[in-house]
Amino acid sequence: MISKWTKRFAAAAAAACILAPALAAASQYNLQPPQTIIAREIYDLHTLIFIICCVIFVVVFGAMTYSIIMHRKAVGHKAAQFHENTTVEIIWTIVPFFILIGMAIPAAKTIITMKDTSSPDMTIKATGYQWKWGYDYLQEGISFYSSLSTPRELITDNTPEGYKKREAYANYLLEVDNPVVVPVGKKVRIITTANDVIHAWWVPAFGVKQDAIPGFVRDTWFKVDKPGTYRGNCAELCGKEHGFMPIVVEAVEPEKYALWVAEQKKKMAAQADDPNKVYTADELKARGEKVYAANCQVCHQPNGMGTPPAFPALAGSKIATGPKDGHIGIVLNGKPGTAMASFKQLSDVEIAAVVTYERNAWSNKTGDMVSPADVKKLRK
Amino acid sequence: MEAAHGHDQAHGHDDHAHHPSGIMRWVQTTNHKDIGTLYLIFSLTMFFIGGILAFGIRAELFQPGLQFWRPEFFNQLTTMHGLIMVFGAIMPAFVGFANWQIPMMIGAPDMAFARMNNWSFWLLPPAAILLVTSFFVPGGAPAGGWTIYAPLSTQMGPGMDLGIFALHIMGASSIMGSINIVTTILNMRAPGMTLMKMPLFVWTWLITAYLLIAVMPVLAGAITMLLTDRHFGTNFFNAAGGGDPVMFQHIFWFFGHPEVYIMILPAFGIVSQVIPAFARKPLFGYASMVYATSSIAILSFIVWAHHMFTVGMPAAGQLFFMFATMLIAVPTGVKVFNWVATMWKGSMTFETPMLFAVGFIFVFSMGGFTGLILAITPVDIQLQDTYYVVAHFHYVLVAGSLFAIFSGTYFWLPKWTGHMYSETLGKWHFWTSLVFFNVTFFPMHFLGLAGMPRRIPDYAMQFADFNMLATIGALGFGLSQLLFVWGIIKCAKGGEKAPNNPWEGADTLEWTLSSPPPYHSFETPPVVK
Repeated sequence: MISKWTKRFAAAAAAACILAPALAAASQYNLQPPQTIIAREIYDLHTLIFIICCVIFVVVFGAMTYSIIMHRKAVGHKAAQFHENTTVEIIWTIVPFFILIGMAIPAAKTIITMKDTSSPDMTIKATGYQWKWGYDYLQEGISFYSSLSTPRELITDNTPEGYKKREAYANYLLEVDNPVVVPVGKKVRIITTANDVIHAWWVPAFGVKQDAIPGFVRDTWFKVDKPGTYRGNCAELCGKEHGFMPIVVEAVEPEKYALWVAEQKKKMAAQADDPNKVYTADELKARGEKVYAANCQVCHQPNGMGTPPAFPALAGSKIATGPKDGHIGIVLNGKPGTAMASFKQLSDVEIAAVVTYERNAWSNKTGDMVSPADVKKLRK
Repeated sequence: MEAAHGHDQAHGHDDHAHHPSGIMRWVQTTNHKDIGTLYLIFSLTMFFIGGILAFGIRAELFQPGLQFWRPEFFNQLTTMHGLIMVFGAIMPAFVGFANWQIPMMIGAPDMAFARMNNWSFWLLPPAAILLVTSFFVPGGAPAGGWTIYAPLSTQMGPGMDLGIFALHIMGASSIMGSINIVTTILNMRAPGMTLMKMPLFVWTWLITAYLLIAVMPVLAGAITMLLTDRHFGTNFFNAAGGGDPVMFQHIFWFFGHPEVYIMILPAFGIVSQVIPAFARKPLFGYASMVYATSSIAILSFIVWAHHMFTVGMPAAGQLFFMFATMLIAVPTGVKVFNWVATMWKGSMTFETPMLFAVGFIFVFSMGGFTGLILAITPVDIQLQDTYYVVAHFHYVLVAGSLFAIFSGTYFWLPKWTGHMYSETLGKWHFWTSLVFFNVTFFPMHFLGLAGMPRRIPDYAMQFADFNMLATIGALGFGLSQLLFVWGIIKCAKGGEKAPNNPWEGADTLEWTLSSPPPYHSFETPPVVK
C-alpha cells in the first residue's frame, strides 16, 4: 500500500505541474467539456474573465515585483515621499469600471438565455429525497426513482484490495440504477422540488444547477447536442448521504428515446400493483424487505440497529413493536424535527409491505400483518 | 507627536495594588491590554481546535472511499471547522488587535467601557464550550454546514441548540465589543487627531464595528426563528406550514455577506499600517483608502443574494446582484493599487511583518480574482457549492485575514512583550505557510472546475490526485503554525529588548510609548499636530 501511496503522490505532484499538460486530460484543470449552448457560454465567459484577470494580475504584480527588486533598502534605494496623485487615483477607479462593464454585458446575455424556460419540447420533474432523486416525465407519464448503484461495501472497504477495486471501478459514485433518458436536440425543461430538505440538481456538462426546495417549484432547461452519458451530483448539502446521490443523464437519438419510453410504460404497467389483490404475510414480508433496502436501510441499517441516536434502532423499538397505526403513521408522515422524513410517496402496498417486514424482522416477532387497506385508511 | 512620557509614571501605577494578581488578574481585568491578550490567546486556541477539525476533513479526503468517519460525522467536522474558525478564531483575533491597538493608536488611556470590555471577552469561553461540547451530545454537533440552512438544520439533534446558543452569546459579545470600539474611537482621540488623521487600522475597525452592530442582530433573528421552528411549533422556514426555506438564506446572507467584510476590513487596516512602515514611505492615497473601505462596507449590504444564485430567483434579481457584486471590485482594486503605489519607490526591507503583508496582497488578490469570476452569475451557477468556492474563500480568509493577523502579530509583538521576536523563526513560518497554503488550496480550483462538489466525504476517482496533494499541503500548513506558537512563546519569555520603536518607518502613536507600554497607555493625551 505504501508504494501505491507514493505512486499516487508522485502522480499528484506531477499533475500539479501545470506546465506539463500532456500528463492529464485538459478537463482535469478546467470546466468539463460543454454539451449544451448554456454550458458553452459559461465556458467562454469563464475563459474570457480568467484571461482578463490574468492580464491584470501580470500588470499589477509585475509592478509590485519590480518594486520589490528595485526599491529595497538593501540596494540603497532612498524612499520618495509622495503620497497621493489625484489623476492616477481617478484613472485606476474609472478604468476597472469600464473593464467590468465589458464583462457584464456578455454575462447578462447568458443570464437571459438561461432563464428562458419557455416552449420546451418536454418537461421532467426532478424531486430531491434524502437521498435519491425521483423523476416524473410529465407528458409521457413515466415515473421512477434514481439512486446510487455503487455498492456500499466498495465505498467502505478499507483493505488494500478495496483501494484497488475502487480504482478499477468505472464511474465510482457517479452511477445510478435508473438514469434519466432524454432525446438529443430537444429542449428539456427540468422542474425541481424536494420532499424533505433542499437539494440541488446539477449536471456540469449542461451548465445546469438548480436548487430543489421543499414546498416550492423551480425550473431550468437544457438541450443536449450529442448522444452520451452525462454525470453530476446533488450540489446542496442535504444530510449524511449528500455525497451519495448522483445524477446520470443519458442523451439518446429521438428514435431510441421513443423506444425507451414505450419500454418504460410497459415496465410500469407490469409493476403496478393490482388494487384488488389480497396479499399473504409472506408476500408482504418479501416485498417489504426490498422496500426496506431501497428506502430505509441507509439510516436504520440492514440489521435494524440504526446508528443511534440520530438514526434509532428499529429492532426492539417501541414503535415497531407497538400499535400498528403508530408505526404506519410515522412512515407515512415522518417525525418533524428529526431526520425521519415522510414516505407518503410510496404506494399503500409498499408501505404495508415495509411495515409488515419491520414488525417481523430481526428481534421483532409481533406476528402482525399490515394490509394496504390499513395504510389507505391512515393517509391524510 | 509628543514623545513617550509615561514609563516612570506607569510603574508608579503598577505598584498600586489596586488590581489583583494571579488568575484573578485575568478574570477581573478591565485593562484593554490584558483583555486584548485574552482575546488573542482565546483565538489562537480556537484556531488550533478548528485546525484539528480541518485535518479530520482532509484525512478523510486523502483517498477515495470512507476511511475514518461516518458521513454524518464528516458533516459535523466541516460545519464545526467553519463555525469555530469564523466565530472563534478570526473574529476574536481582530477584536484582540482592536483592544490592544486602538487606545494606543489614538492616544487614549484605555477603552471607553472598561468593565463591559471584560464582559465582552468573558462571554466567549462559555460560548466556545457550548460549541465544542455539542460533539458529545446525542446526535453530535451541528452538521448542516456553517450556513446552517433550514430545513436541514431543523432535523438536527440537541447539538444544534447548543450551536444556536453559542452563536447568540458570541453575537452579544461582538455587539458589546463594537459599541465599545465605536465609542472609544469617536470620543477618546488625542487632541488634534481629526477623523482624517486616524491611522487606517482605526478607520477600518470603526467601519467594521458599525457593520457588526448592523448585522449581528440579523443573525440572532435568523437563529432564533430556527430555534422556535425546532421546538415551539413555528413555521418560519417550514414549507408544509406555509413558511419559506429560502427566507432563511436571505436573512442568513444579509448577515453573512457583511460578515465576510467584518473578517477582511481590519486585515486591510493592519496591512495599511505595515506596508508604509517597511517601505519607509507614507501610505499612498490615505483618503481614497478611507473612501474605498466605506464603499466596500456599504456595498456589502446589497450583494447578499450572490450566495444564492442557484435558488432560482428572477432574471432581474440575478442581474442586479451580479452588477452590485462586480462593483465591489472597484474599491478593492483601489486598495491593492494604493498598497503597490506605497511600495513603489520606497526603501523596503522585508522583516516578517512585511513578508506576511506582501504575501497577503499577492495571495489575497488571487482570492479577489476568483471572487470576480464567481460574481458572474452564469459562471457562479456552474461553480456554486464546488471546491472552487472552497478555494476562493480560503484564499481570502486564510491568505487574507489570517496572513494579516500574522503580519500584525509580528509587527506589534515587540511593543506588546517588550522583546524582539525571532526573525529566523518568523521567516520560516512565513515561507512554510505560504508554500503549504498554496499546495493545499490551489488544486481546489481545479477540483471545483472539474466538478467536485463541496461538503462530500467521498469523491469520484478523477479527483483523487488533487485531493491527495491538498491533504499533504494541509498537514504541512498545520505543522507550520507550530512555528508561530513557538515564536510567540519565545518572544513572550524573553529575547532581545525591544526599543520604543523597533521599526524605522513606523510613525503612529503606539511607538512613542515604552515597550511594553505602561498600564494606562496614555495618562495625559499626546497632542497630534
